[in-house]
Amino acid sequence: MDLRNLKNISLLIAYVLAVYIVFPNNAYGMHIMEGFLPFNWAAFWWIAMLPFVIAGVHSIKKTVTLHPSLKMLLGMAGAFAFVLSAMKIPSVTGSCSHPTGVGLGTILFGPTAMTVLGMIVLIFQALLLAHGGITTLGANTFSMGIVGPLVSYGIYKGCQKLGAPLWLSVFLSATLGDLMTYITTSFQLGLAFPAASGGVMASALKFMGIFAFTQLPLAISEGILTVLVINILSAYSQKELGFLGVFTGKELPTRKQGVKA
Amino acid sequence: MKPMAKNGILIVIVAVLAFAPLFLVRNGEFAGADDRAEKAISTIDANYKPWFKPLWEPPSGEVESILFALQAALGSGFVFYYLGYAKGKHSASKKDQA
Repeated sequence: MDLRNLKNISLLIAYVLAVYIVFPNNAYGMHIMEGFLPFNWAAFWWIAMLPFVIAGVHSIKKTVTLHPSLKMLLGMAGAFAFVLSAMKIPSVTGSCSHPTGVGLGTILFGPTAMTVLGMIVLIFQALLLAHGGITTLGANTFSMGIVGPLVSYGIYKGCQKLGAPLWLSVFLSATLGDLMTYITTSFQLGLAFPAASGGVMASALKFMGIFAFTQLPLAISEGILTVLVINILSAYSQKELGFLGVFTGKELPTRKQGVKA
Repeated sequence: MKPMAKNGILIVIVAVLAFAPLFLVRNGEFAGADDRAEKAISTIDANYKPWFKPLWEPPSGEVESILFALQAALGSGFVFYYLGYAKGKHSASKKDQA
């Protein structure tokens, strides 16, 4: 036990040192700012976003008509994304970024439902906080509300198929979905601003190095917080989670007191 | 271990992850994206000018911080309202069964 702890601590220190060496100065990691995507790219991401928003509205309508009692839980999933995107948390790169909080809703309601909720959060931040933007809403929704949730969903379903414990599936799903959101942002910036030498990939990798390192501890935090909420829900909202098929049939009757974490 | 104790441990881990960087990175500015991203983009394409300004910007850091605090408060208010509601419903239905 002590040996394992020691190993973990030394790994953590090695990680922090590596970050120091690679990124001695401040990095950044957040949504794309207003006006910072050329018009054509901004329009492209807006159009790319629309089918997912429509699918999301349908998916939400369907869930709510089938189970009106789930409205509260849906609101809670949206509120979770709302809180987490307001938290600008310091990271080891010496700058701040914020988690997305869409993993929880994805696990509960599926990926497209979170496209809609994520977009609402982004609109609020763009209009009232000048964080992100209306012209870049398409691109930001695409990364936070489409790619992130799709990745979360795929990982969650995959882990469940492989028979991973619920807490692990939830953790990996939320953490990697969060990371992929910012990797997508890097690609979006790379596509819009290809480097003079090396083109799109060089530029995307540059943005990605910065984003991924800043985001890593935050993504882990988001994963843990999502596990925490799922723990509480699985203790008190078993019925609702049952409607949504969050548990595989096997887990529902045996786990009464929450999930192992 | 009780679920609440587990959750307590999880919260401590999150708090450490969130605040440790403040002590680990002594000379960090911990600034956000906006002006820094502008610089990063201008190193790639020096001629790029943002073509659209935010419709409204919080006039000061203080105003911005209250809006962010409001966002977090509204969100967490609803999250915990729901969790309390779920817990109450759960224990009420348990009593019915007993």
